Amino acid sequence: MVPTSYYLILSAVLFGLGVVAFVFKRNVITIFMSIELMLNAVNLAFVAFSQARHQSDGQVFVLFVIVVAAAEAAVGLGIIILTARNRQSLNVERVDLLKL
Amino acid sequence: MADAQELGQPVTPQLAIFFVLAAIAVIGALSLILQRHPIHSALSLIVVMIALAGLYLLMGSEFVAAVQIIVYGGAIMVLFVFVIMLLNAGAEERTNVSKLAGVAGIPLAVALLGFLAAAIARSNESAQAGLQSGTLANTKEISMMLFKDFVYPFELTSFLILVAILGAIVLAQREKS
Amino acid sequence: MISSLTSFLSAHATIIVYLVKIALLLFIVLTVNAYLTWFERKVVAHMQSRWGPHRVGPHGLLQPLADGAKFLLKEDPTPAGVDKFTYFLAPLMALALALTSIAIIPFGPEPLHIFGQNISLGIADLNIGILALFAITALSVYGVALAGWSSNSKYPLLGGLRSSAQMVSYELALTMSVVGVLLLAGSFNLRDIINAQAHHPERGILGWNIWPQILGFICFFVAAVAETNRVPFDLPEAESELVAGFHTEYASFKFAMFFIAEYTSMITVSCLCTIMFFGGWLSPFPASWTFTYYLPSVILIPFGLWVIWDGIRYETIFGRIILPGVGTAITAIGALLILFPPVNEFIQGPFWLLAKIFIFLFVYVWMRGTLPRFRYDQLMSFGWKLLLPLSIANVVITAGAILVWPMLKNWVNL
Repeated sequence: MVPTSYYLILSAVLFGLGVVAFVFKRNVITIFMSIELMLNAVNLAFVAFSQARHQSDGQVFVLFVIVVAAAEAAVGLGIIILTARNRQSLNVERVDLLKL
Repeated sequence: MADAQELGQPVTPQLAIFFVLAAIAVIGALSLILQRHPIHSALSLIVVMIALAGLYLLMGSEFVAAVQIIVYGGAIMVLFVFVIMLLNAGAEERTNVSKLAGVAGIPLAVALLGFLAAAIARSNESAQAGLQSGTLANTKEISMMLFKDFVYPFELTSFLILVAILGAIVLAQREKS
Repeated sequence: MISSLTSFLSAHATIIVYLVKIALLLFIVLTVNAYLTWFERKVVAHMQSRWGPHRVGPHGLLQPLADGAKFLLKEDPTPAGVDKFTYFLAPLMALALALTSIAIIPFGPEPLHIFGQNISLGIADLNIGILALFAITALSVYGVALAGWSSNSKYPLLGGLRSSAQMVSYELALTMSVVGVLLLAGSFNLRDIINAQAHHPERGILGWNIWPQILGFICFFVAAVAETNRVPFDLPEAESELVAGFHTEYASFKFAMFFIAEYTSMITVSCLCTIMFFGGWLSPFPASWTFTYYLPSVILIPFGLWVIWDGIRYETIFGRIILPGVGTAITAIGALLILFPPVNEFIQGPFWLLAKIFIFLFVYVWMRGTLPRFRYDQLMSFGWKLLLPLSIANVVITAGAILVWPMLKNWVNL
């Protein structure tokens, strides 16, 4: 059997790597993907706790997190498409003024 | 065996599978950071998601594993890949991040991670996350809870998805000049 | 030496059984794939009043061998400017996913008892069988999308985007149309779905899921054909449209991988249709008609004799040697089934499953030979505006019927 702490450490590592990607990457789509990575890390923690306590609440919450991530990805990518069309660039360092 | 003594428990097949899947997930996440082209980052993220689905299966949450692959890996990431293709995203240029940040930052981050891991491992989470020995099957139990206790949030998420669909359609329309 | 080998085998029996099963199933699936291409070419040709392949071996039976040799030996150019990793990954992914989906399908009800082992027919018996198949279907969109994009060319990109948009759209209708069957069976496990249709063995064909779920079956079959990119939904890869769609820039062996992936997914869809709607390995005759157990022999023995008779009069010498040999083998198998009743009983389940899968494959090929293809906008509006609402309606009707049925049962004596 795998102790819960192992899953939690893995979740922390993945979350940290997601934060690193969020801070250091400059392509807006990659930044968005790092958000998804962070959400996945949190999902792992939820499921680990749910199985440790033998309750299904955590897994139901994971389903909700996945649904919300889907909705956020749809709207967020729509915004990214618009921004890329207006500024002709996917580099977040170029999106530093409200003026085009 | 030295490994068993270090870990404090015998190396069962489940532990071995856990380490393999965890290594795949961490390598995928590192690849997400280190790749220059966004499509390679997307593929790395898909690898991470599949590894996590394997971990959910290892823990006995088969339904969540299947939903993770179908929804996250098969729909959300497809959306990402489509957008990368549509916007013709190219490889990133070289950035001028200072070398000092790398030299000083990475050891500090690893040290912080080590402290965190030690703190978690010494906590009272002595419970073993393993296969559930409950009375109902995993899917049945989740669906009972989803449709009885959490039925209001469930209906609300359907509204949320509807709003997201409308928003995405409105946002991606061409402007009518 | 021999005793140490047998002791090694019996100590690691489970793993060795699995490995042998996987190797055997892979071999069988790939051979069936190859001969499915032969079957398709012959049937489409006969529908078009011509002969199809008939030169390479008797009746063209060695044509798949020649095709395989061609795929292996042809030049495999890599276009300039492709994204190398993704270009090589896409056909690999498509093939791996298509072949993995065969592992979940159960091929027979009873396990095989040999060498003291109980070997079940089917590699993995998952509790989430159907969901795992949908997960694999969801991932196979990547094979197409990445192939189209990585080819660094306009036609494959457009074909790949269109094809993956089509696959994603019809995936929804596919999953919703299956929910009716799941409600009736109460489980995702494929064996449980078949056993739920076996509750009344005396009903035979009337107990299958096709009768209560006719709408679900129609939605599922149409969505599955669209999902596998076959006629009439094969616009993104049709030869007269976008050159060849997403696999334009793929040459010999990588194209063969896409090809095998497509035919394997055809086989998987046929397996799923029979398991979920047509009773899987259940016989259409009532269980009390045990004389129908001789049906495999009744089919095999005359067929074997006909093959012998046809082979004796065949035009080439090679055919005159091979065909009677094949015919004798078929007749011998048919006779063996009569002589050994336990083998005959064991073979009933797999025989019916394979017969139904064969009928579905024939329907697939039949559609290829007869139907014109959809235009892309017609295809998308059909998927979203007709098929998805129909499958959701099927779910609602099935759920309502299950709720109301106990009340009806008191009034109507069923």
